Order: sequence, then structure tokens, then C-alpha cells
Amino acid sequence: MRIVAKGLTYTYNPKSPFPSQALKGVDLTIEEGEFFGIIGHTGSGKSTFVQHLNALIKVTGGELRIGGIGDAGYDLADKKCNFLELRSKVGMVFQYPEYQLFAETVEKDVAFGLKNFRRDIKDEKEIAAHVKEALETVGLNYAAVKDCSPFELSGGQKRRVAIAGVIVTKPEILILDEPAAGLDPLGKQELMELLHSIHGGWCKTIVIVSHDMDEIAENCTRAAVFSEGKVVMEGKPAEIFRRGEELLSLGLDVPTTARCAMLLKERGIRIDTDFTCDDFAEKVLALYAEGKAGKEGGDAQ
Amino acid sequence: MEAVRFDNVKFSYRDDGSGFAVNGVSLSIEEGQFVAILGRNGSGKSTLAKLINALIVPTSGTVSVFGMDTADDKKTFEIRKSAGMVFQNPDNQTVASIVEDDVAFGPENIGVPREEIGKRIDFALDAVGMQEFRHSTPAKLSGGQKQRIAIAGVLALMPKIMILDESTAMLDPKGRREVMAVIKKLNREQGITVILITHFMDEALQADRAIVMHRGEVVMDGAPEEIFSRSDELEMYNLTLPRAAYICKKLQAAGMPVANAFTAEELAEAICASLQKG
Repeated sequence: MRIVAKGLTYTYNPKSPFPSQALKGVDLTIEEGEFFGIIGHTGSGKSTFVQHLNALIKVTGGELRIGGIGDAGYDLADKKCNFLELRSKVGMVFQYPEYQLFAETVEKDVAFGLKNFRRDIKDEKEIAAHVKEALETVGLNYAAVKDCSPFELSGGQKRRVAIAGVIVTKPEILILDEPAAGLDPLGKQELMELLHSIHGGWCKTIVIVSHDMDEIAENCTRAAVFSEGKVVMEGKPAEIFRRGEELLSLGLDVPTTARCAMLLKERGIRIDTDFTCDDFAEKVLALYAEGKAGKEGGDAQ
Repeated sequence: MEAVRFDNVKFSYRDDGSGFAVNGVSLSIEEGQFVAILGRNGSGKSTLAKLINALIVPTSGTVSVFGMDTADDKKTFEIRKSAGMVFQNPDNQTVASIVEDDVAFGPENIGVPREEIGKRIDFALDAVGMQEFRHSTPAKLSGGQKQRIAIAGVLALMPKIMILDESTAMLDPKGRREVMAVIKKLNREQGITVILITHFMDEALQADRAIVMHRGEVVMDGAPEEIFSRSDELEMYNLTLPRAAYICKKLQAAGMPVANAFTAEELAEAICASLQKG
């Protein structure tokens, strides 16, 4: 299912004395199969946009379609759209999802989403099987954690349980708002590995909102930069981070590699990299080898 | 003057006293120091922080703040006044429905005179760049903005020690830079002792000293540059290098003669110097 937004607008408190326009005409297409990154500083409209994707915010201006054109798929601007079905296919993991855990046991917590969105599944054994699969997908041992209170678990485990509660319906599109925020560096890496492991199976498309530019550079197929309610840049991470000065002027960061490349460019050294650390190191080493070979060639003459 | 002192401190969250979250920590932090505390989730960093302002008291050993024993009930109030703490989640730290009231809550509680409170609100909101939101509702602010209000709330108490427990985790890059600038300014200009618990290695680089916790123990303690040069050890404690340091190490391993670098600026400098030398 592809996501197509055209001229999407949204205003908070429209009829109050303090209306605030969060989206000012967003045009964005996210193709099926992408690992898409959404960048933008606080208040840029990115969260408002992603909340539209599973109809937590209803479309009030512009178009938003998920899936095919015409009858196939979902027209989110249509009031008759099957929102229940849509929400089982477009999963949303909020920032710090562990704060939303509530049930007495891990098993009940994870089953909650399934019971809500897949009312056709009634058999307890079948539910348990789905819960088991979801917990194992996020790397937890079902037998060991199912009867625990979610609050007994560590922060990283809690987050995994919360994610299991969303992926238990096997959404085709999974949206995660700052999924790695607050985790330690290794925890971040493990979480990204988890997302890559489910991407491409039943979960066809992943959309992450992130402030961590290194994370975007290292994980995403494409990304969009939001600013003041609009998409101001869109493309592969390498294309976006090549425009480092613009990102900085928008109050955003650039990856470490891009910052370094910008500084080197000022001194006349061009490094054509995709901005991952490993690629950056390789390109620098290639330049070094070239220089050395050139110099040795010169010495020989 | 010694701001914080730990003498063989152990702490257990369990009633039976097993499984120490902090296990035999001894350390001393001088007044005016800027200390970063690193370590994986669950390594005991937050427990260490809570021990400093007497939110919890040691199971054994002693913690003292400016010479006051945190286990002494009569000193609790004084200790909390000198050691302010900012937590991870701003939503749990907001008490009032208007920003300025929220910032005023702390000073009002300790009986600061009315005019002085006004000045402190001004100072604190300016310091975190939230003056224009003075009359806003915290509930309508973004996560990053709320956290800046929480920091302002602590600043308004004029503490001598400021403990930040992953307080920048929810901020966007601009917000993080601003808060880090505020923290550094407070440390340098007002001499506030800063204890910063963080997962961001670039933030740790801005400190005078970095402490690495692992399974409740202090396993590394030194200047950030020195700690990040010991990459094999860091890996043992499941910590990663700042990205610039990682790239630098990779270049060195491949035989390129580059000087040690920890930030993008240093790395650019080192690469440039090395390429020009050829």
C-alpha cells in the first residue's frame, strides 16, 4: 500500500481565538517497501502528519490515500472509510510507547490491540498464538515474560512489549515516532535491527520519525524534511544531507559525517559519500590512497 | 569544596537487600565540576543520581552533599535545595496549568519572597529560551518545550548542584543544543556543579569528567577524551564511541596517519592535515 498525501492541511483549534495551522499543504508520496524517515524540528508538523496516517486525526483539508487508487485502498478524507480495518493495517507506535502499557500481564497487554482491531479472531488459543508470535518477533521469550507485569520489565523490554502490542495485528505499514529515543546506544542499534528484521515481510513499509540524523542516514531508503507545516526536502538520505547548510538553517542537525564533509569541502576536499560512517571512512581512505599513489608516482619521475 | 561524596555506597531496591543497583561506589565530585555519567540502561546511573538528592538513602555506606549526610532526615530539605534534579519525562514534572506558575512552584515552596520569585522566573525562562511561552499552558507545549520548562523550574531554585537524568533525551537537536548551552553557561558562569546522565556521547564530550557505570559499579572515571580513547573497554561495557571517534579509529586501523579525533570538527582537521601531508 502506498501512501499519497496531496495538499493536506490541518488546523488545531480552528474555531477558537487561537487557531494554529500545523499542516499547510503537505504533498508526499511514500511507496510500498520503503523505510522512510521523517525529519523536522519540534512543531514542524511531522507528528500531526503521521497521526493522519492511521486516522487518529481525521482529514479536514486536502487528500490522503493509503493503498490503491479508486475503490481499492482507503480514502481517509471519506467519512465512510473503514477506519477500524485501516488501523489494523497501519500500526502506530508513539514516542515512549512504554508509558502506554496498562494491563496486568504482558500477554493481556499485547492481546488488547488484537482484540480491538481483529474482532474476527475470538478463539483464545488463536489469540495466544498471535501474541506469542508478536513477542518473539520483538525478541522476547514468550514463556518467560507472558505472565509478568509489564512494569516489572526493564525500559528496553517495556518498549519491546509496547511495540509487540502494535505489530500483533501484522500491520502492512508501521509508523514509529522516535522509536529509539531514550535508549542507550546499543539499545538503539538493537531496535533498528529489529525494525529491519520485520521490514519486507508482512510489514512492507516502515515510517520513522527521528531527530537522530545518523539514524536516518544509516537506515532509511528515503526521507522527507518537514518545516512549518510543509515538506521542504525529499529524497534519499544522501541527497538530503548533501544540502547540509539548508538543514542547519532550518534549525536541524546533520549527521556527524555530513558536518565533517562540509568542513572538508570548505578546505577544498570533496568526499562523495552516502553519509554512513563506514562509507565515509572508505571514501577518505580512497582519497588518501590516491594522494599517496600520486605522490609516489611523482617521486619516481 | 567537595560537593558530593560517596563512600562505599550500596543500594538495593529489594526489601531483602539483594541485587544491588549501586554496588560499592566511592567517588568525590568537586564543586563546579561538570560530570557526565554514562552506562547502559540498568547500569545504576539513575539510582546514583537519586542517592545524591536524598530521594533514596544508601542501604549501606554514606552519601554526603556539601558535608551533609543524606541519611540524616533533618538535612533532607537542605540537601534537596542545594541539589536540584531534572528527570527524563517532562510530563511527570509539570504541576501548574500556566508556565510561569509551574516555574514558580519550587521557589514558592521554599518561601522565596514574591518579587524575588518574579526575577527568578525571568532568569530561568530566559536561560532556557522560553520567555515567550510564559503565559502558555504546559500541556499544549511540545515535549522539548516542556522539558525546558522543567529545567527552568529547577533553575528557579538556584541550586548549587544540578542533576540531569537524561533530560535531553526527548529534545530535538536544536533544543538539545540550547539546553546544553544553558547547562554549560550555568556551570561556567555561576559555578553550578553539573551531573549529567546521558546516552549522547557528544554531550559527554562537553563535560570535564566522565564516569562510566556498569552493573552498579564505577568502571571508568576520567577526562572524556581519555575515556573515549579506551574503545575496547567501552565496548566491554556495551557503550559505543562517538561517531567521529569511530571513523577516526577506522582510518587509523587502515594505516592512515590521523590524529585522535572525537568531534566532527576535530575529525575534519585531522583528515585535512593527513591528506595534505600525503
